[in-house]
Amino acid sequence: MFKFLLKRAALTIPTFFALMFVTFVAIRLVPGDPVEVRTGERGISPERLAQFRHELGLDQPVWKQFLDYVWQLLHGDFGTSIVTNERVLTEFFQLFPATLELSFFAMLFAIGIGIPAGVIAALKRGSIFDQTLMGISLTGFSMPIFWWGLLLIMLVAERWGLTPVSGRIDLIRFYFEPVTGFMLIDSLLSDQPGAFWSALHHLVLPAIVLGTVPLATLARMTRSSMLEVLSEDYVRTARAKGLSTFRVIGVHALRNALIPVVTIIGLQVGSLMAGAVLTETIFSWPGVGKWLIESIGRRDYPALQGGILLISSVVIIVNLTVDILYGTINPRIRHGR
Amino acid sequence: MAADISVVDTAPAIPAPAGPLRAFWASFSENRGAVIGMLVLLLIVLLAVFAPLVAPYSPTEQFREFSKLPPAWSEGGDWRYVLGTDALGRDMLSRLVYGARVSLFIGLAVMVVSVAVGVALGLVAAFAGGITDVAIMRVMDLIISVPGLVLAILIVSVLGPSLANTIVAVTIVFLPRYVRLVRASAMGEIGKDYVTAARVAGVGRLRLMASTVLPNCLAPLIVQAALGVSEAILEAAALGFLGLGAQPPTPEWGSMLADSREFIRSNPWIVTLPGLAILVTVISINLMGDGLRDALDPKLKRS
Repeated sequence: MFKFLLKRAALTIPTFFALMFVTFVAIRLVPGDPVEVRTGERGISPERLAQFRHELGLDQPVWKQFLDYVWQLLHGDFGTSIVTNERVLTEFFQLFPATLELSFFAMLFAIGIGIPAGVIAALKRGSIFDQTLMGISLTGFSMPIFWWGLLLIMLVAERWGLTPVSGRIDLIRFYFEPVTGFMLIDSLLSDQPGAFWSALHHLVLPAIVLGTVPLATLARMTRSSMLEVLSEDYVRTARAKGLSTFRVIGVHALRNALIPVVTIIGLQVGSLMAGAVLTETIFSWPGVGKWLIESIGRRDYPALQGGILLISSVVIIVNLTVDILYGTINPRIRHGR
Repeated sequence: MAADISVVDTAPAIPAPAGPLRAFWASFSENRGAVIGMLVLLLIVLLAVFAPLVAPYSPTEQFREFSKLPPAWSEGGDWRYVLGTDALGRDMLSRLVYGARVSLFIGLAVMVVSVAVGVALGLVAAFAGGITDVAIMRVMDLIISVPGLVLAILIVSVLGPSLANTIVAVTIVFLPRYVRLVRASAMGEIGKDYVTAARVAGVGRLRLMASTVLPNCLAPLIVQAALGVSEAILEAAALGFLGLGAQPPTPEWGSMLADSREFIRSNPWIVTLPGLAILVTVISINLMGDGLRDALDPKLKRS
């Protein structure tokens, strides 16, 4: 088991290096010379220019620049934002809890509804419920979520006034210093009455929007995986043994059907991050996705570079974890490799 | 009665292999959703192709005195502008119809380029093996490790936002799936007897790749390519929505949505229509893709 773990982890190291290489190259391809950006368009003396280039390390050979860059990254230096003058890493970790909180509840929504719905659809295969669910899930799967978000804001927030339009909490009524960065926890810690409800209220709509595509995917996957398992011999055996339907489905079928579903949940993390960019932009949710888009608008390339590197690292690490977990749930994989 | 009809219908097809196309159609048309999807898509394609004939106005022409008109059937509407006008007084119907051109073009362009490059790289990886294989697959792993939209954003911010760069960005994002698919199915075929036979018969490497092995890998590829079109349309619309895709005044559905964001409260139809257009197009392609999968790739058939 330990060997498998080590081997799997080692496989991601080249990916990390390649990722660093790509962001390194990308930032050099971006239009606009960083020296010109700092000095302005007016001509300056060649000596000043050379000094600037030296300060930025741009007079070094490219391979040396890359090594320096990797060296900085390995020491946790992801650059400094041009706009806020803050370290990119610090900024990222200030904003990341917001994204994490949103993604967690989106996934909770998707799993909480998607898996039971998929199981019921499989058990009542061909029924009205099954057909309706598959229709809805196809729609959800095809949904442009940025439009879905606007539509829900239009109906639920604007017309019916059920939820707030944007943000994480009612900033006029509540203010407290972030402790964990997770608004739900911080609002409880703040001891201000109503703060928790306000935070929860703000979370509902964005979580539904971000959870829609995973929900559709999970419902479809659970249904087809469950159907496959239901026709297996061991399920028939369990039935023949005289076990209750509940036991047959809940214990014998569901546990096996969920194995591929767990992988799908893990694989959703990448698209969840992509979806977070859109959802956060629509709802003005102060997370890393919105920050990334704003960095582009402000031409804050160090932030963009660092942000993409960090988001991708999160995805790689989560995928690695899922892979390892999968090996634990399903021993067949572990020995197969 | 219904049983009788179906027997009559399938009777000519029973005398065994009635041509692959016929067998395919028989299987495809069994899926009602797929046929509906195909018809809707056909309609959208026709609208896109004949946009200059269908659209009453140019998509960029501004009727300043008629800005933000609601659709004709609602109060205050004007039948000259059937689906209303946007904030600049441009006719919504015309913009949506021309938008179909843009979105379908993006979807098709991404699909064609990424399938072509993907097939080439996948076959090379499968046939060459060794370091070439490892190198190609590592690069693909890298692309996959960055969330699709985030990678597309990075590429577009390097190249600059435009329609052409949207296509480049989304193509790169979609490349790995085709490479992986072709490589995996080609590897499965290489060891088979018919390939060895062709090799012994002196078939050259290129021909072995392209005309011996490739046709046997096509079924899953076609399915993936069909579904890839709809995903490409969604991804491009998302980029457009973020202001990183097609630039104004191009009537692209995603950027139309972005322009309309401030009118959520006052003029909801400006927001509703472009999104509906995206949704309908994507659903119909996905329905068709499901049908294709069932018809072409029995192994993947969803129960």
